Amino acid sequence: MNQWLLWMIYALMIILPLVVCVAYLTTAERKIIGYMQLRTGPNRVGFAGVLQPIADAIKFVTKELVYPKDADWRLFVLAPQLMLVPSLLVWSVVPFSSEWVFANIDAGVLFVFAMTSLSAYGVLISGWASNSKYAMLGAMRACAQIISYEIAMGFALVGVLILSGSLNLKTIVLGQSGGLFNWYWLPLLPMFMVYWICAIAETNRAPFDVAEGESELVAGFHVEYSGMMFAVFFIAEYANMIFISVFTTLMFFGGWLSPFEGIPLLGSLPIPGIFWLLGKASFFIFLYLWMRASFPRYRYDQLMSLGWKQLIPVALVWIPVVSVMRLLEWV
Amino acid sequence: MNIGAVIATLLFFLIITWLVIGSEQLKRYLLVDFLKGLGVTGRAFWRRKITQHYPDEGEELPISPRFKGALALRRYENGEERCIACKLCESICPALAITIEAEERADGARKTTRFDIDTFKCINCGLCEEACPVDSIVCTDEMHYSILQRGDNILAKDQLLMIGDMYEDRIQHNLREDNDG
Repeated sequence: MNQWLLWMIYALMIILPLVVCVAYLTTAERKIIGYMQLRTGPNRVGFAGVLQPIADAIKFVTKELVYPKDADWRLFVLAPQLMLVPSLLVWSVVPFSSEWVFANIDAGVLFVFAMTSLSAYGVLISGWASNSKYAMLGAMRACAQIISYEIAMGFALVGVLILSGSLNLKTIVLGQSGGLFNWYWLPLLPMFMVYWICAIAETNRAPFDVAEGESELVAGFHVEYSGMMFAVFFIAEYANMIFISVFTTLMFFGGWLSPFEGIPLLGSLPIPGIFWLLGKASFFIFLYLWMRASFPRYRYDQLMSLGWKQLIPVALVWIPVVSVMRLLEWV
Repeated sequence: MNIGAVIATLLFFLIITWLVIGSEQLKRYLLVDFLKGLGVTGRAFWRRKITQHYPDEGEELPISPRFKGALALRRYENGEERCIACKLCESICPALAITIEAEERADGARKTTRFDIDTFKCINCGLCEEACPVDSIVCTDEMHYSILQRGDNILAKDQLLMIGDMYEDRIQHNLREDNDG
């Protein structure tokens, strides 16, 4: 019994900070994009807008839940949960430092892939259950995109698996020890670029957010959702963004390892590993927002041709190259 | 890790790709334009923000002399109202916000007995100002007004003339600005 209590406390120790991060990520997004467009972003609630996410949350909770006429309400309620639960579950295998990991399972990468693929069901079911042609079309677009880019993303990660020889996230990170140039981004540079582009498409973020398309469509698959049910989609999307950033750090940028490892003075600084992990992940989250502020949306056929005709071939070429490098023991 | 060998491999494939697809295509794969785009927004991130924090600061926003604000009726310098009850504004008003009734005054002049503007209907398009042959009905540049009670929304003739008297200086100033510029 005590063991269960402990697990629940551990789970809350991950989920609560995550939800706070999601709330503040929405404000950070509006602020950063505003700054890049020479605006100031939200600055009314609290000092310079620091209480904005709380105001947003209160608004979401007090809004009415609208069920569309003839919607299949069981599936309609199930869909947001199918989005949220996997996006929280993936966090269970993340090693925050060499000791801090909730479930140190051997097939960690596989688990992550299984869970991120589950979100495709949430998208499809929400579109189907809404009984709306716009939601259905949006769901099909989003789903096709998620499935297509998952393939290129999987190929890009094969390189990491070749180099580390393990599916365990902790082993993968420890395999990168030895400073900035021992991380996997250098031998896997083309794959990292493929991976990052896929990661953005996978989370349906700009410039690949055709499923949502704020300025063209209204919302895509979650168009019929309101109030807290919409907020659940929102939390899932942003939790996925944060997770992908952390996952990129684990796969290509040495997780909790210090970039100064091996350098005499800097390498021995007593900085906790979680600082490095969150610092690196923050950069990738910033990159998400930075790219959203910079690039126009892809047309849908361009998006598909990029995924299938450019990214997958690049990843496929680099897999044998990495294998040979591994065989010659260069990496 | 053999860093030299890894970098040599990367460079080798870079050159091979360059030979196969040429420098124009290679630019795409190296994400050159992508990084340029990020550079533009990255620089903008640190630039001074141009937002005016109205109404905290900048109470006096720059206003065009053609700004279409609250409507008003004007008078001549001798105090006689300009309106000749031709009803051109009433007929051109796309929102049907103007209602005019007219009679002959004791001295034979044709004047309005009723001139109402329904501010709930009015869309501030300024067509009435364009239609008016005697520059009687005009748009002032006043934007700080609001109607709080149902029933207050009908501006009658005396109210419109009062607004015109209050803003006569600014109306004339804006007309001068507009004609000179």
